[in-house]
Amino acid sequence: MKRSNIIMFIAALLPLGLFLFPLWKITLEAPQYPTPLGMYIHINDFSDVHPHDIKNINLMNHYVGMKYIPEAIPEFKIFPIGIIITTVIGLIIAFKGNYKWFLFWFVLMIVLSSAGLYDFYLWEHDYGHDLDPKAIMKFTNPDGSVMGFQPPLFGSKDILNFKAHSYPRLGALFLGVGIAASFIAYLIGKKNNKKSVTM
Amino acid sequence: MKNILKSTLALLSVLVAFTSCDNASKSNSGALSSSAAEKVYVAPGEHDEFYAFISGGFSGQLSVYGLPSGRLFKVIPVFSQDAEKAYGYNEETKPMLNTSHGFVPWDDAHHPDISQTKGVVDGRWVFINGNNTPRIAKIDLTTFETTEIIEVPNSAGNHSSSFVTENSEYVVAGTRFSVPIPQKDMPIKDYKGNFKGALSFISIDPEHGHMDIKFQLIMPGFDYDLSHPGRGKSHGWFFFTTYNTEEASTLMEVNASQNDKDFIAAVNWKKIEEYVNNGGGTMMPAKYAHNVYDEATHSATSTMKKEVRVVNPLEVPGAVYFLPTPKSPHGCDVDPSGEYIVGNGKLSANLTVHSFTKMLAAIENNKVAGDAYGIPILNFEDVLAGVVEQPGLGPLHTEFDGKGNAYTTFFISSEVVKWKLGTWEVVDRQPCYYSVGHLMIPGGNSQKPFGKYVVAMNKITKDRYLPTGPEVTQSAQLYDISGEKMELLLDFPTIGEPHYAAGCPADLIKPRSKKLFKLEDNKHPYATLNEADTKVVRDGKTVHIYMTTIRSHFAPDNIEGVKVGDKVYFHVTNLEQDYDVPHGVSMIGANTSELLIMPGQTETFLWEPKQIGVWPFYCTDFCSALHQEMQGYVRVSPANSNTPLKWSLGEDIE
Repeated sequence: MKRSNIIMFIAALLPLGLFLFPLWKITLEAPQYPTPLGMYIHINDFSDVHPHDIKNINLMNHYVGMKYIPEAIPEFKIFPIGIIITTVIGLIIAFKGNYKWFLFWFVLMIVLSSAGLYDFYLWEHDYGHDLDPKAIMKFTNPDGSVMGFQPPLFGSKDILNFKAHSYPRLGALFLGVGIAASFIAYLIGKKNNKKSVTM
Repeated sequence: MKNILKSTLALLSVLVAFTSCDNASKSNSGALSSSAAEKVYVAPGEHDEFYAFISGGFSGQLSVYGLPSGRLFKVIPVFSQDAEKAYGYNEETKPMLNTSHGFVPWDDAHHPDISQTKGVVDGRWVFINGNNTPRIAKIDLTTFETTEIIEVPNSAGNHSSSFVTENSEYVVAGTRFSVPIPQKDMPIKDYKGNFKGALSFISIDPEHGHMDIKFQLIMPGFDYDLSHPGRGKSHGWFFFTTYNTEEASTLMEVNASQNDKDFIAAVNWKKIEEYVNNGGGTMMPAKYAHNVYDEATHSATSTMKKEVRVVNPLEVPGAVYFLPTPKSPHGCDVDPSGEYIVGNGKLSANLTVHSFTKMLAAIENNKVAGDAYGIPILNFEDVLAGVVEQPGLGPLHTEFDGKGNAYTTFFISSEVVKWKLGTWEVVDRQPCYYSVGHLMIPGGNSQKPFGKYVVAMNKITKDRYLPTGPEVTQSAQLYDISGEKMELLLDFPTIGEPHYAAGCPADLIKPRSKKLFKLEDNKHPYATLNEADTKVVRDGKTVHIYMTTIRSHFAPDNIEGVKVGDKVYFHVTNLEQDYDVPHGVSMIGANTSELLIMPGQTETFLWEPKQIGVWPFYCTDFCSALHQEMQGYVRVSPANSNTPLKWSLGEDIE
């Protein structure tokens, strides 16, 4: 097996790390929470950072009319299937395909990941903006518009008395490294191909 | 003119120089030593180094302080009802205060002691005695709640108590007052020879701490004042001071102070335990309550026991000896090595220290001076280790720093005196403000004292604090004992009469402190684990309200169909699963108290409506931004009405 195919093989397997490690983490800090509240987003689940954190996030959020974080979302069914399918495709490519297919897989993963991130953003946006009209507390922005409570997609942001942090975790790293590795496999494959052509 | 100015300036500068010299000489402890204020300052957000559990004396409670700051953290209700926490008011904890005399919602809490493992305090439980209606309580240090109380039969004035042996095998409960055993109607003047003193050995389950009276030693009718377990080499023995060996029954201050020497009773409990394990002793009818709080049901049950095993000391030869000790000893303290037994003769000018090794030798050589009711009395000289000559007036209690020093309080001369074990020389003395009783060094009743601080507990404060009418605060004082000389660092007020205290490093307790009760573990028979299950159930004239709380509402909050003359039980479950978020609740006209319900806990109070109307209930503990909105109503209809039972939460009002 060529070196590029071995790398592609590894690249295709790496996203499976999402089944072992969380994809993302959202942390909420406030003076009343010396131990911050936090939730992990896995490929197929939400989970508490400390016991009962999601319950307590819900309790906090209901003051401004945010919905409860659901037990499950449709994405929890779609994303794992997507990852398994793309891994299978990647593995087939690693065994059968040449370097051009590696690029195809790379692009496919970029597109799907972007779509996933965009979906995540939409979900966050809805969660932070679709507020109960009977909300206990209503806040407006300086321009008069209704304040949203969307956590950042990536980075840190002040939301009222909370500081919200949103950062990728180990699962996302596995995915990212996998995608990057497929591109490297493509570059190596391309280089070797040129060499063999000139020979 | 210039000269005058010059000389004035010169004079001034000399004065300034002298003044500063004077200032410098006042703080003679050197530039590097910090001030007392710095030593007790615990910055905002920082934690104290030690926990101190200071008894509340006649308040019947146990208070929790931090050292060195002297800040009060909590008052744990033990023997007294406490409206703040609904202890003794809610249905769950009422059984804790049950006794053979019925519901006794008060006691005189004296001597806390922390459980030990291998002679070192382990921070699992605190035991404390109720002096008035004899009881021993166990406080669980994961929750800081009283979880068990056992009544002590055949006992009166449970004073030489509640000290724990070095592996928490036993907690002891010795009677201060001797009484007829069993109790009977008899002339008081016939006290002598007829009254008896019971020394109770209460076993502690090593896993759960459950208490059980293993045996009672029925001793001659003296007053058994204080006690301490042997440790190290003397592990297996227990020592009790006695007074009124005269067996007087009237005008005690005179008649019980006639004998030049009273005794320290030395009890070889291992020997008696062996005797009992082999079937020794006799079961005697006795009525006493054993109350146990179960963390899963959040409820206590009270069981009335019917008999107790008693042991006559004469049945176990070699198990009990009397060590003559000068005049009415009070404190009875054993040093960390277990060699020295300090008997503080409160009416004697000297401090008497007995030697355990010499005691054993005297026993071995059968050097007996006489006997009291058949119990051998050893020779004073044969067991004496040494005497601290005239160290002060009115010696009471001694603690040890683990570095070969002892610290004794003197009530009359109002001071703490530091002296050396073995040489018996006085090293230092510091005044107390005023009239000190007990003192405490963290881990003082163990093989490993943490000899950094000593806390003196004073009976009188007079001018030390802002006056608050005829009664001024009780107080404790903190001394630094890390150096050769003691240094008074801090005065701090205490609740009740601070009687005795137990202390240990905060790190023993902090990591094990419970933050909440898991809802899924809640086995309370009337628990409601989610809002959907809330309900109101009528059973004849009794109404059970299954209610929940969460920030910031009750479910249900509107209840109709309750009638005058009903017995209404509010069973309230706190659905929170967050640290430090209790909710409270009370109902107008309830003859109990509020409930203060911890996250995941269920508590119950009884309300008996006597008037028709629509009556509010509300959250009593400021829980959230909308605490003030956390309220509800109960509609009360006439006794003969047929208003249907209804309840709701958040239904549209249109």
